[in-house]
Amino acid sequence: MRAITVVGASLAGLSAARALRSQSYDGRIVVVGDEPHRPYDRPPLSKEFLAGKASVEDLALSTPDDDELDVDWWLGHKAIALDASRRAVRLDSGEELVSDGVVLATGARARTLPGSGLAGVHTLRSLDDALALRAELAEGGPLVVIGAGFIGAEVASTARALGLDVTVVEALPTPLAGPLGPEMGALVAALHTDNGTRLVTGVGVAGFVGAGRVRAVRLADDRELPAATVVVGVGAVPNVDWLAGSGVEVDGGVLTDARCATGVPGIVAVGDCALSYNRFAGSALRLEHWTNAVQQPEIAAATLLGRRADVRSAAPYFWSDQYGVRLQFAGHRRPGDAVEIAEGDPAERSFAAVYRRDGRSVAVLAVNRAKLFGRLRRELAVPEAEVVR
Amino acid sequence: MIPVCAVPDLPVGEAVRVEAEVPIAVFNADGVLYAIDDTCTHQDASLADGWLEGCLVECPLHATCFDLRTGRPTGPPAKRPVRTHEVVVENDYVYVRVSVPADSPVVGHGEVA
Repeated sequence: MRAITVVGASLAGLSAARALRSQSYDGRIVVVGDEPHRPYDRPPLSKEFLAGKASVEDLALSTPDDDELDVDWWLGHKAIALDASRRAVRLDSGEELVSDGVVLATGARARTLPGSGLAGVHTLRSLDDALALRAELAEGGPLVVIGAGFIGAEVASTARALGLDVTVVEALPTPLAGPLGPEMGALVAALHTDNGTRLVTGVGVAGFVGAGRVRAVRLADDRELPAATVVVGVGAVPNVDWLAGSGVEVDGGVLTDARCATGVPGIVAVGDCALSYNRFAGSALRLEHWTNAVQQPEIAAATLLGRRADVRSAAPYFWSDQYGVRLQFAGHRRPGDAVEIAEGDPAERSFAAVYRRDGRSVAVLAVNRAKLFGRLRRELAVPEAEVVR
Repeated sequence: MIPVCAVPDLPVGEAVRVEAEVPIAVFNADGVLYAIDDTCTHQDASLADGWLEGCLVECPLHATCFDLRTGRPTGPPAKRPVRTHEVVVENDYVYVRVSVPADSPVVGHGEVA
């Protein structure tokens, strides 16, 4: 292997370059990124950066050690097509990069709603998104956040701390019921009302009101919520459209096995764009988690280089900081799992809860209980399939 | 010196956080006491809440391990070391002598008798 192209210059792409070098690959590495920026850390975009407490420099992911990676950065270039059989990546500039190996790390983009083109309506995914939103929040509220997922909740929390009037609208009856289940979702969502954010649940958004610039959000029940700024936080879609017809199998993400291998030799996929078999869950998962974007490239690099990979059954992990409270979650919850408080008191917004299936602990949620979380996540049950293997 | 706690209040495998100019975490790693700055150099997380294994503490947020002897991270995401501080045990009580702010190579620790 003499040349590898990494498509995607965010955490997963940078991690892939680091992993290739740490696994003794000394050939050429090209990293293609559609943003003009060097890799930066996205989690602070909804928190410290949005609050003005972190600078662009603070977000930089590269360290002085990374100078030795000897990466050929192709920033501001968008990959528009892949010819898998030739491992050829075509760029919007017309150039084509042909290499021995390709790492697909194109991430995901924010899902939008019809009418999102109106001024004052934002999504939050990139540094440029965050700069634009930060400037608008400085003008004051009211802010309406559509979607009470983690991004929406963090933006609401940051805006409240800036003193804005904030309303969060969630179509589901209980926020975060998907990842956390209805009981814990309700407990976590109470952070909004604890902190003076209005929470409207169980009602969809019909559209935006305003000519040129948004004035209000109209709900499905005809209510109108006045808005100077709107943030649409309704999830992300993987950036895989450019792979249509490429020969790489895509089904709501790039399909890979547990070793990040696609069906095409020499092509691997990692991070938010990858739908990979996950041994812990016993099924394919597309994880939009920071930690996954660090861990998968290690495995993918080994796969590309034909090395043994330590494909552990690491439980998926994510965290969220909202209203001065730290949530941490590890494992994989399925509908029907039982959940019980292991320690602490939900009323105090400080507790840990364990999710069980057939008596085995399969996931843990901690709210301001980092130390206990460290122990409980290590006690998560190894899936049965792993025990047998 | 900053008083931390009585020696029996810091059993093996445990950590305590004390408020100084910046918070400091004191660990009992298999009978040896170490003190480092409590806040991870990557993002705001308390290392006293971290998982302790040998002379390494794993940040509870992003799993960077810091070497308690040197303060150095073993890998990303943290880039910079935490300061280490000297631990002093006097009359069965644990104290910390805060090191100078520079990237000093202080490797202070005290033995529990």
